[in-house]
Amino acid sequence: MNRAFDLRMGESHIEVYKFRTGAIPIATLLALVIQAWLPLHFTRAALLDLPLLVVIYLGLSRRNPSTGLLLGTAVGLMQDSLSGPTVPLGLFGIAKTVIGYLASSLGARLDTEHPAARFALTAGFFIIHQAVVALTRRILLAQPEPWFTLHNFAAALVNALVAMFLFVLLDRLRRPS
Amino acid sequence: MPPRHKSLVLLAGVILLQVLLLAVQIKRDSQGRLIRTWTVGAVSPFERVGSYGFGWFRNAWRNYFALRGTRKDNEDLRRENDRLKLQIAQLEGKAAETDRLAALLRFRQSQSDIPMMAARVIGGSAGPASLTIELDRGERDGIRRDMGVITPDGVVGKVSEAYANTSQVLLLTDRTSGVGAMLATSRILSPVGGVGEPLLTMKYVPNDDDVSLGERVITSGMDHIFPRDLPVGTVTEIKPGVDFKRIRVKPAANLEKLEEVLVLLTLRPLETANESDPEGAKSSSPPALNPPPVAHP
Repeated sequence: MNRAFDLRMGESHIEVYKFRTGAIPIATLLALVIQAWLPLHFTRAALLDLPLLVVIYLGLSRRNPSTGLLLGTAVGLMQDSLSGPTVPLGLFGIAKTVIGYLASSLGARLDTEHPAARFALTAGFFIIHQAVVALTRRILLAQPEPWFTLHNFAAALVNALVAMFLFVLLDRLRRPS
Repeated sequence: MPPRHKSLVLLAGVILLQVLLLAVQIKRDSQGRLIRTWTVGAVSPFERVGSYGFGWFRNAWRNYFALRGTRKDNEDLRRENDRLKLQIAQLEGKAAETDRLAALLRFRQSQSDIPMMAARVIGGSAGPASLTIELDRGERDGIRRDMGVITPDGVVGKVSEAYANTSQVLLLTDRTSGVGAMLATSRILSPVGGVGEPLLTMKYVPNDDDVSLGERVITSGMDHIFPRDLPVGTVTEIKPGVDFKRIRVKPAANLEKLEEVLVLLTLRPLETANESDPEGAKSSSPPALNPPPVAHP
């Protein structure tokens, strides 16, 4: 299992990374726990969406849309489960399913190893994630929800900045090729 | 199926499952499950389209195809409507006639001591020179010349000619006609006669006597034709004259629309059942100057 796969698209080739055994579940659970715990002590930490960052990272790294969307579904549903009764199961699940699929699809076409690319992609995915959440709330749940605010923009930048460092840490969980 | 399409199908399926998961959990304000709201929202457009389509088809059928026999039905209904209108007019005429005959009967029963006969008006004046009507009863029925003719409303005139089966009645409005009368309130005696116009005239009431507009004029019985206290008319106009007032009287009976009348079958002096003491009446003028003009044919 100590292998790396190559996706050849045109003349460029993009590697598909595998991770150490148990790395993905552990990273996911850790992100969820920290996400649930951190805002209790640091209010401003509510800006972060660590499960989303994990989904983005794994999607960009695995580069398999099916795996990416299923992982996004699992993470999103768990986040929904931990978010209390005001968040119905499926709200973040749908959004992270979409992000998992998009990240995997884009990761198969772009080089996502560069920090600047990771920053831009994370910010973009965060905005899309918020848009899907707002869409779900407004259309499906008939709940008032703004499409996009300055707060969301700031959160997108913060998450993208955090992702630049978090993704470097997560890179260490990859199996060496 | 290409891997890309496979992942798209998987994406759609996973999202759909989660949407259904949302629907099962959420309750709207109406306490209905969201899935029920969505199901209704998804199905109702088709129901609405089906309902409109069915309604359109039904209206088209009712308003166009099912109207093939309407023209004939319309003609039949129009004919039936005309027939019913005619029938209604006939029934209304019969009802009015029944009312009139009932009034005559009641009047006749109230004056049971006076012999009288109901007769139907079958003709009118042949020319403007005289105001007469023709009755369907004549000498064979006991009608004789100078008999009085009345209706429950009041005096009509007197028989001017009696033939075998018909008779002619000179109306009170004719210029040669008249009746012994008096004012009902003041009891002033004075004959009332016609002048060839719809209104009658009361000629011999002195200027000194008080007469008021609207006062009733009744028969005095002095002409020996009509019993006392039958309505003659109502005072409608009073003007002072040289010696006597010029009083116009509107006839009590509708002399222009007579259909049935009563003929008083006697030539003897008459008295009605409720006749009071005639001494209550006072003469307004010397009898020699005031002969009742009832003897004119």
